[in-house]
Amino acid sequence: MGGSVILLVLIVVVALWVVGAYNGLVSLKNQTLNAFKQIDVQLKRRHDLIPNLVNAVRGAMDFEKSTLEAVIQARNQAVKVNAAGPEGIKQISQAENALSSALQRLMVVVEQYPQLKATGNIGQLQEELTSTENKVAFARQLYNDTATQYNTKQQQFPTNLVAGLARAQPADLWEIEDQAERAVPQVDLSMKPKP
Amino acid sequence: MSDETSLTLFQQQEANRRRTALLVIGFVVFFAWLGFGGDYIYYLYTHDAPRAAYHHTFPWFGIVLSLVAVALARYAYDTGPEKVLWSTGAREVVGPSPPDPKEQQLVNVVEEMAIAAGVPRPRIWIVDDPDPNAFATGTDPLHAHVAVTQGLLDLCTRDELQAVIGHELGHVKNLDVRLMTTLAALVGAIALMHDGASRVLRPGRGSSSEDRKPSPLLLVLLVVWIISWILAPVIAQLLALGVSRKREYLADAMSAQFTRNPLALASALQKIENADAPTTHIKRGAAHLCIADPLGRRLTAHEGLFADALATHPPMAKRITILRGMGYAQLKKEGGSVA
Repeated sequence: MGGSVILLVLIVVVALWVVGAYNGLVSLKNQTLNAFKQIDVQLKRRHDLIPNLVNAVRGAMDFEKSTLEAVIQARNQAVKVNAAGPEGIKQISQAENALSSALQRLMVVVEQYPQLKATGNIGQLQEELTSTENKVAFARQLYNDTATQYNTKQQQFPTNLVAGLARAQPADLWEIEDQAERAVPQVDLSMKPKP
Repeated sequence: MSDETSLTLFQQQEANRRRTALLVIGFVVFFAWLGFGGDYIYYLYTHDAPRAAYHHTFPWFGIVLSLVAVALARYAYDTGPEKVLWSTGAREVVGPSPPDPKEQQLVNVVEEMAIAAGVPRPRIWIVDDPDPNAFATGTDPLHAHVAVTQGLLDLCTRDELQAVIGHELGHVKNLDVRLMTTLAALVGAIALMHDGASRVLRPGRGSSSEDRKPSPLLLVLLVVWIISWILAPVIAQLLALGVSRKREYLADAMSAQFTRNPLALASALQKIENADAPTTHIKRGAAHLCIADPLGRRLTAHEGLFADALATHPPMAKRITILRGMGYAQLKKEGGSVA
């Protein structure tokens, strides 16, 4: 009698744990998907912003045509990519990273022309551009954090026993493809406080 | 970044939900004790009275006071964020693109941090005060508000502003705002009730019956009951103090997680610390919501018995030291990956 009660309690405890672990994985999966959608939203926002930006600086920047054209080309390239699956992520991130570096070059160029900065709304445009880049970066950061959490969870014991049941697949992280971004920044290791 | 933080985030949210519920229950129970205690004392007092005199048998006080407490708690919970914002005289930044470039930047920064934290964009407010400070309020991430002072906008760089907003959204994400706002509203309600009640209680009603000798039990009850009335605001204040100090370290860490730039928050805190003036627009009742103590920083300069008893915020120097440590650890890690 006592043995069967203990067995029953054990079964109930295990069943409760399975339910909890399963639901945890499903919830993380949906969070990961949602975080990925957030990147899409921010990328779309960026695509919509770029034509305005280019129009605003075009008049004053005849001499920098190639920079502007690079931005427009990268933007159109990025809009075209519409793939799904793990390969899709790679393609999208390649196109978007190319766009990011084109925009960065534009920012540098704008900095070099004080008369361009003097015309009021350039400051506003720069702020808008910084914010757009930050939003894309933070959306990626959230996606990578959530996906890492999801991946770790489904690989860790004992949650990995339920991973098959919850049809959990490792999520791809959003990687930095651009060489310039990958390069390690200059770091002062002397541990002195920043001025 | 991954497993541990999320687990503790969930636990923090649970703990904050539980503590808010306990706070509300404690509030109602306290008022029930005041009411029914008063009933019982009055019952004992009129127990031996002559037949024709009034006998207090039905616990009117208790029932009325409990109902009032429930209604007050409900009201405080629902309107807490509004009341907190109203008390600071904050104005909302409306529209996606306000005309002022600084405000535009604030809106952008809040949107960025909301993305990093994975919460909806909170409503944004500006308190017209030259002292740099910031606070968050609300009941959950869907109904959240972030407010900064004009001083903070003027003083901080973009990165520093971002770090401060990250700190506030940390409070929003782990539901600190729910507990702290409810507490602020209940502290306000207790102060209000206390003022009203002292006015009612002061004119003695039982002066006509000096001939009867009250029992010792009655006396003890009466003393405890009166002490409860007197202590109510003090207890509420102590609760507010205990609730906020540990949370600041945690929100600092969350800001660092969102921005990946702990040094920006360190330098923002340093600027706030150096601007050693009280934030006059933020009153004592909302002090525990702020990123830095709005009542001046003398109390938070040291950690010790005195500061532990009186300060709503941990010492700024300690917070800055912890953030710098995080920043250097991060730099070291990035540098180390070269090899």
